[in-house]
Amino acid sequence: MRLKTGYVAIFFTMALLLSGCSSLKTGVLNPQGPVAKEQYDLIMWSIILMSIVFVAVIVLFVYMLVKYRAKSTDEEYVEPEEKENKWLEVIWTTIPVVIIIALAIPTVKSTFKLEKSPSPNQKPITIQVTSADWKWIFKYPEQGIETVNYVKIPANVPVRFELNAVGPMNSFWVPELGGQEYTMPGMTMYLWLEADNPGTYIGRSANFSGKDFTHMQFNVHSVTQSDFDAWVANVKKTAPKQTEAMFKELLKPGLVKEQTYSSYPDVDVNKLDENGKPILEPTTPHHHGTTEETKEEKKPENKSTDSHSHNHHH
Amino acid sequence: MKDFLFNFKMPEHFLVTGDPLIYGAQVSIVLASLAILFVLTYYKKWGWLWREWLTTVDHKKIGILYLLASLLMLFRGGVDALLMRMQLSAPNLNFLDADHYNQIFTTHGVIMILFMAMPFLIGLMNVAIPLQIGARDVAFPALNAVSFWMFAAGCMLFNISFVIGGSPDAGWTSYTPLAGNQLDPGPGQNYYLLGLQIAGIGTLVSGINFLVTILKMRAPGMTLWRMPLFSWSTLITSVIIIFAFPVLTIALALLTLDRLFGFHFFTLAGGGSPMMWANLFWIWGHPEVYIVILPAFGLFSEIFSTFARKKLFGYGAMVYSMLAISGLSFLVWVHHFFTMGSGPWINSIFSISTMLIAIPTGVKVFNWLFTLHKGRIEFKTPMLWALGFIPVFLVGGITGVMLAAAPADYQYHNSYFLIAHFHYVLIGGTVYGCIAGLVYYWPKITGFLLNERLGKWAFWWFTAGFNMCFIPLYIVGLKGMTRRMYTYPAGLGWETWNLIATIGAFGMGIGFIILVWNMIYSFRRGEKDTTGDPWNGRTLEWMTSSPAAEYNFAVIPKVKGLDAFHLMKKERAEGRKEETPEIKPIHMPKSEGFPVVMSAFMFISGFGFVFEWMQIGAFGLLGCVITMIWRSFNDYDRDYYIPVEEVKKTELAAGRRV
Ligand code: HEM
Ligand SMILES: [Cu+2]
Repeated sequence: MRLKTGYVAIFFTMALLLSGCSSLKTGVLNPQGPVAKEQYDLIMWSIILMSIVFVAVIVLFVYMLVKYRAKSTDEEYVEPEEKENKWLEVIWTTIPVVIIIALAIPTVKSTFKLEKSPSPNQKPITIQVTSADWKWIFKYPEQGIETVNYVKIPANVPVRFELNAVGPMNSFWVPELGGQEYTMPGMTMYLWLEADNPGTYIGRSANFSGKDFTHMQFNVHSVTQSDFDAWVANVKKTAPKQTEAMFKELLKPGLVKEQTYSSYPDVDVNKLDENGKPILEPTTPHHHGTTEETKEEKKPENKSTDSHSHNHHH
Repeated sequence: MKDFLFNFKMPEHFLVTGDPLIYGAQVSIVLASLAILFVLTYYKKWGWLWREWLTTVDHKKIGILYLLASLLMLFRGGVDALLMRMQLSAPNLNFLDADHYNQIFTTHGVIMILFMAMPFLIGLMNVAIPLQIGARDVAFPALNAVSFWMFAAGCMLFNISFVIGGSPDAGWTSYTPLAGNQLDPGPGQNYYLLGLQIAGIGTLVSGINFLVTILKMRAPGMTLWRMPLFSWSTLITSVIIIFAFPVLTIALALLTLDRLFGFHFFTLAGGGSPMMWANLFWIWGHPEVYIVILPAFGLFSEIFSTFARKKLFGYGAMVYSMLAISGLSFLVWVHHFFTMGSGPWINSIFSISTMLIAIPTGVKVFNWLFTLHKGRIEFKTPMLWALGFIPVFLVGGITGVMLAAAPADYQYHNSYFLIAHFHYVLIGGTVYGCIAGLVYYWPKITGFLLNERLGKWAFWWFTAGFNMCFIPLYIVGLKGMTRRMYTYPAGLGWETWNLIATIGAFGMGIGFIILVWNMIYSFRRGEKDTTGDPWNGRTLEWMTSSPAAEYNFAVIPKVKGLDAFHLMKKERAEGRKEETPEIKPIHMPKSEGFPVVMSAFMFISGFGFVFEWMQIGAFGLLGCVITMIWRSFNDYDRDYYIPVEEVKKTELAAGRRV
């Protein structure tokens, strides 16, 4: 009976852990916007379906162990003649099929839904996000301003994040507002998010990108539309302008504090290579449903000024 | 020419320096090597080592070599894991810095999957498959030695990175552009590419070898549909290996060209595509996770049936579900990057294909459960590991299905939720399977029985520690903790969970120590297995003495149905007359020295390329090719016959009638 006591012990500790300690209502399980809510609902539905499977299997398992464990009374045991049982096989193939259909339908629905604005009737705001070694740069093309390592958004307004990267890939993730999307060099990806209420939400990079990746944490400040407008006006008035040289400096590997700029230079980061240097040869377009292809520009191949650095290590 | 031959550019730090841990490791590696050299010389064991082990082509000995290597790697990978867990036990610790942490999680992942799980299973296949199908050896015994030594060369090359030149640090997935030369120059990432490349050759050759062995070497009467499940799973795994590994070979080769010769397959500059790596990696990588789970499934099937004292329930369904899994395993790789913007159509299709895998997997679980039905379950240690597998693998499987829902995966991806999922399947499935298989076959391998009491302690420590370690990681993942962070800030509600996980990890460590202690103990005090059939087994391997004679079977058995040995025992009990077939001289392969020499050259070559000393790389390759050519011109006199007298003597010594 060791086995049973063992499992009872495990479940008991688990229950204790789940009830004690800190609350679970943070991160993914604390959705604060329509996108996160949509995903939360799907997660909960999948947990319900999977709990059915879990309980069914565990009950059968424990039943078999208790009922058919070797006892001193059945030393005369002879193996029963058993035929393959078609019906049983059919049953336990059908049950998973049904459960998977029940999960697949909302999955597909959500997948398509999340491609579009969570509040289609509302005018969205666009924010361009660039990950660089090891910082986040946020450009507001409509407002002409830029922030680094924090981002301010109006509450109740759908935000269309346009993601790209200089250097390694990262992944832009704000669990309380919704799931993540990779930032990739050389191509732009989209992510819709929206916050229901004013508040501050933590975001971070979910994809390993090297030495200081761990510190790529940033705050998303959601404020009312009027506060947002006031903030933008204030930034325009008080914050410094960002020159191209400053931007290039910012792209260099390292950690920086939060920054705010009233303008930013016109640099297409999709045309920068791994080390933040301009790509001289034409790039091939990527074919992706939700990505915008890097505009191809045939530039003459110029081997002599080839600035990328496959031979720059020593 | 002179320039080429004598141009050794040195990396900045040839020997890794600056950390007491690493100095300690360097010193202990040197001391341990000296001690081994001393013992071998002092006791005049060099000849023995060469004759009995380095040149052996006996599948049973090669199996033991694989198992030893993988246990060692389990230890190394486990130490990596404990170091990581220590660093994460509390917020803002400085036990490891980012650079070290990044190297350690990379080597942990690579070692556990490629140098622990896979060789462990290939080792068990070596130990059991020829016996199980009633053969004298694998189809290509010398190639089998090549497989092992190639694996050993790759493994050694990868492991020395720790003290010479620095370890790779871009994760076991090594995504470009991070793993490219632009962002990660130096030998570390080259170690990854060359270590895996060399070991990969070994794996591919193993796949071919076992495929042919199972298709061509089965005892008379053993049709495919009379094969035990472990043989079936090995057959199917071999096919997956043969299709999947060439993809890895190509991916590694392309990235090697990028890094060493300035090609641009994966670099943006020059029009390469960094995302291509993710695709190639997972086209190999997802089948790879099934390469390490299917053989474990096979072992569990054997064990359930043996210790429930019943024929496996739904044999046909078990085989078909493995075939279905192997097919599907090639059709789901995109689920590893749902968040790379593949679009709703692609994500939907791959969500569904991934969920489909749960169906054959579920069928298997129910068939295992019904194997127990109306049986007589004995809780011997192999069975404990097999039974323990059911609930933990279930947790891993259902969270796998949760991950398969793409929109939900946007929230789990690269978080600790994902980490918990794959540890539940890889530890709960593969590692439990390896340990179950090891303790199940231990008497057959060594001739000794393990201690049951110690075995149970090991199981419970490991199982309790495992759940304590990984359940909290599901939670902390949902709380937003991402994988590969070397530390984390306080105040996010992650502290307690991480501390519990660390304690659990040490519990697993204790379980592992008890397991190893039990193995050593069995040699000293263990009961001898005189029957060759300690578990009342059902398949042919239990027909042989423990350990099996060099030639396995004095006379190749005739197979009359599924569970062939069980049928024979039944007939014997019913008093049916046994024919005593005549023993004939046995045809056996001779030992071969070339595999170990060839792999030594491969090691040299790999080491040269790691440091971009092309002349050394070329020299090693040349040596390798010359050894091959030499061997192909010396293809005579590679076999011998064991005379009948000697076979009889061996059989009598093992207490068998002849
Ligand atoms: C019911 C069957 C399973 C399903 C539905 C499933 C599903 C998934 C999915 C969707 C992912 C990707 C998640 C992400 O990256 O966000 C994943 C990752 C993974 N799975 Fe599974 N899985 C299953 C079984 C297994 C098995 C049997 C193994 C190995 C023994 C395994 C090993 C892994 C590994 C190693 C990863 C992550 C690798 C990495 O990113 O480093 N899975 N699984
Ligand atoms: Cu996968």
